[in-house]
Amino acid sequence: MRVNNKGLWAVGALTVTASLVLTGCTAASDTADNSAGTGEALTVWVDADRAAVLKDAAADFTAETGVEVKLVQKEFGDIRDQFIAQVPTGKGPDVVIGAHDWLGTFVTNGVVAPVELGDKADAFQDVGITAMSYEGQVYGVPYSIENIALVRNTALAPSTPATFDEMVTMGEAAGTEYPFLVGLDPEAADPYHLYPFQTSFGAPVFGTAADGSYDADALEIGNDGGDKFAAWLGEQGAAGVLNTNITGDLAKEKFIAGESPFYLTGPWNVPAAVEAGIDVAIDPIPSAGGETAQPFVGVQGFFVSSKSENALAANEFIVNYMGSEEVQTALFEVGGRAPALTASFEAASADPIVAGFGTVGENAVPMPSIPAMGAVWEFWGVTEAAIINGGDATSLWQKMSGDIETAIAG
Amino acid sequence: MTTPPETDSGPIRQSARARRATRIADAASGGWKVVAAKILGLGVVDAIAIYALFVLVRSESWLVAGLVVAVTLLVNWIYFSRGKLPAKYLAPGLIFLAIFQIFVLLYSGYIAFTNYGTGHNSTKADAVNSLLLSSQNRVADSPNYRLTVLEQLGELSFLVTEPDGSVSIGGNERPLKEVQNAQLEGGVAVGLDGYTSLGFQDILGKQTEIAAISVPLTDDPNDGMLRTPDGSSAFLYTSSLEYDEAAGTMRDTNSGTVYSDIGTGAFTSDAGQELLPGWKIEVGLDNFVRAFSEDSIRGPLISVTVWTFAFAFLSVFTTFALGLFLAIVFNDKRMKSRKYYRIIMILPYAFPGFLSALVWAGMMNQEFGFINVVLLGGAEVPWLTNEWLAKGSILFVNLWLGFPYMFLVTTGALQAIPEELTEAATVDGAKPWAIFRFVKLPLLLVSVAPLLISSFAFNFNNFNLIYMLTNGGPRDVSAGVNVGATDILISMVYKVAFVGANRDYGLASAFAIIIFILVAGIAIISFRRTKSLEELN
Repeated sequence: MRVNNKGLWAVGALTVTASLVLTGCTAASDTADNSAGTGEALTVWVDADRAAVLKDAAADFTAETGVEVKLVQKEFGDIRDQFIAQVPTGKGPDVVIGAHDWLGTFVTNGVVAPVELGDKADAFQDVGITAMSYEGQVYGVPYSIENIALVRNTALAPSTPATFDEMVTMGEAAGTEYPFLVGLDPEAADPYHLYPFQTSFGAPVFGTAADGSYDADALEIGNDGGDKFAAWLGEQGAAGVLNTNITGDLAKEKFIAGESPFYLTGPWNVPAAVEAGIDVAIDPIPSAGGETAQPFVGVQGFFVSSKSENALAANEFIVNYMGSEEVQTALFEVGGRAPALTASFEAASADPIVAGFGTVGENAVPMPSIPAMGAVWEFWGVTEAAIINGGDATSLWQKMSGDIETAIAG
Repeated sequence: MTTPPETDSGPIRQSARARRATRIADAASGGWKVVAAKILGLGVVDAIAIYALFVLVRSESWLVAGLVVAVTLLVNWIYFSRGKLPAKYLAPGLIFLAIFQIFVLLYSGYIAFTNYGTGHNSTKADAVNSLLLSSQNRVADSPNYRLTVLEQLGELSFLVTEPDGSVSIGGNERPLKEVQNAQLEGGVAVGLDGYTSLGFQDILGKQTEIAAISVPLTDDPNDGMLRTPDGSSAFLYTSSLEYDEAAGTMRDTNSGTVYSDIGTGAFTSDAGQELLPGWKIEVGLDNFVRAFSEDSIRGPLISVTVWTFAFAFLSVFTTFALGLFLAIVFNDKRMKSRKYYRIIMILPYAFPGFLSALVWAGMMNQEFGFINVVLLGGAEVPWLTNEWLAKGSILFVNLWLGFPYMFLVTTGALQAIPEELTEAATVDGAKPWAIFRFVKLPLLLVSVAPLLISSFAFNFNNFNLIYMLTNGGPRDVSAGVNVGATDILISMVYKVAFVGANRDYGLASAFAIIIFILVAGIAIISFRRTKSLEELN
């Protein structure tokens, strides 16, 4: 009898869950309706690094407005796809943290709502706002800006090189094993890290429209500068300055071991070098082709779901709270990423490393977030790797440009 | 129905079992406690089902509502009727099987017949809503209007203070009108006689409604509308898109272009320009047609399929050959310290496959890898970047990962073959090779063949290894498609569905169905063959 009783309970529980799941499939959007209108809770997706800071900010927000903030921790890399998949079902969050280059996909999928910064827009660094804009519309509140720069081991190289060639000469004079380090992938090089050199030849990926946004129809990568850059890649590959076998991990390891005076990287790799006792200086990226070397800048920020039932509360939260100096500074202190709010950035610039990256960032351009960029990534790196490894520079580069154009045209 | 199986235990024990079975059967169908528990349990289930029905009927999901009714009735019938013991035990499992396996399978199958992917991931209503939202452009250099939301008889109005200090009131589709008698606080109008001012809490309670309000600045809609993003300030917007609900078309108010729904899941202009986001529609067999007709897909699909078969077959063959060889060697009693060798042999099997693949990728680095630097004295062999060497490397690493499994399986199978057969063959004058070829191998294959088939199916979809070792590379840069020399079908599907900004879940699902058909076909044919092996005995 006892056995049977237990079984029945189990069966009951199972069926209950089963019918819940079944209804859950379609009732989701409806349950969201139920909680909407009361404005009782705001669901925010954040990654583990940022969750701690947001927790305090959320508590303050709740105390002031009575709106509860539910923080849901997600793996940063998973947020984009899950957000795109969940918003249409109505189960998605009200606010997500994300990177600006996801924006194109978000807008094309219709999952984000525009954000009105009003007069607050002037308080942010220009590049942050540009990055958070898509087709003239601002979709997010930026909170951090990061870009790569040249990290110099001051013990091995005492002064800042003006050009790429000068840097290589200085690197050779230092007598270390490598004159210059940058992490590449044997398969796909690393267009992100090589981009400043490409721009120094006057070959951006896309041309820009009048309002400063990227124009997918104006593919610039295959212009004359592009050809020169490709030829340069081939030369550097042949000379061994660029080596696709030195992966990101290897480059970091070798710089920390003092095997090179120069290392092209972002702020994320600097703490490890400082801990290893290396005295570092942050320099502008030396130009290889004569023009200014402009790296890509990555902006992180907060987006509001287009199906949020708490749109006003969500806007209030991200614009007036996440955009406040206090929160931006707190986020900087935890993550070490330069704040997007000018006032917070100025405070953070007391640290020479942050200031150094910030100075380089003044010349930086936002990484294109238009969906056409997907087609560029697909061909860009493998072509660079092939050229560095001795492929014919001009024909490969032109072939790539043609392939990208075909892929964008769809 | 509950009679215990006949066993060779004595008649006394058997009758004891039978008694216990009868008792359980009785208990299952009677006794007031059981009935009470049943009613309680099913009551909970029914209550939840009824709640679910309310929700479903309100959202007009008739199909799911029907399913809930059917399942609930079935569950009640099963547990209230006497007997039906198997059904009582099986029902929950079957319900879960239906939800978590069959539904998921059918749903991914269904995706293959849609255009689900970037730009087409929701309904038409969502797309319209989202297009209209993003077409709201703030009028350049327009001021920030301070706003108080007012309510009168359930109707909401905006009380705005213009930058010059004048105060106006307006509502949804009611243009702004200047008012004189507003209560001011610090230069900002906060209230008006006859109206209730809403506090932040009240605004939150009605935020959906308030966010939807647009107050025309004047009678001319081209002057723009005031909308509020946060309830305390308003901005002037103009919309560049207009939705004509009756015609189902979008009109660009600036250029006058009309975008209409032409059945492709996006508003399209006459010139063929699409407005994104679009929405998800069923496209029939389009994805399958594309897989076989579009040159940029068909070319790689064929070469990838050939390599997938070669990879799966060679992986099974090499691992089986090496595993069998080692099993025979270690099965020989003349071999000393077999135990220790066996433990070492099994080690690769103990490491997680994807981790090993990653370690191997590092060891095969052309310039800094262990193999080239230490074993080959600095030779720069492009293990992973040359097309054919990469294919070889993949097979080699998979051999390293896979032979312990085959070793284990064949050792077991070899030990199950009776010694007498070997002895009898030896007495008949057979040489060791003949004994192996005509006695041991056929007997071995009978028991191992199904495992070889499943191993083939596993390697056919061995995503971990490819992804971690080469990620499908090296790419042929002249090919113009994102497919590398070592991509197998499943890694190609992954690239179609999840790599890059433009995902195409529909096409990826179509590929998945094609792969399923291939694997299922091979399995069916191979199992038929295995049957003929069994007839050997």
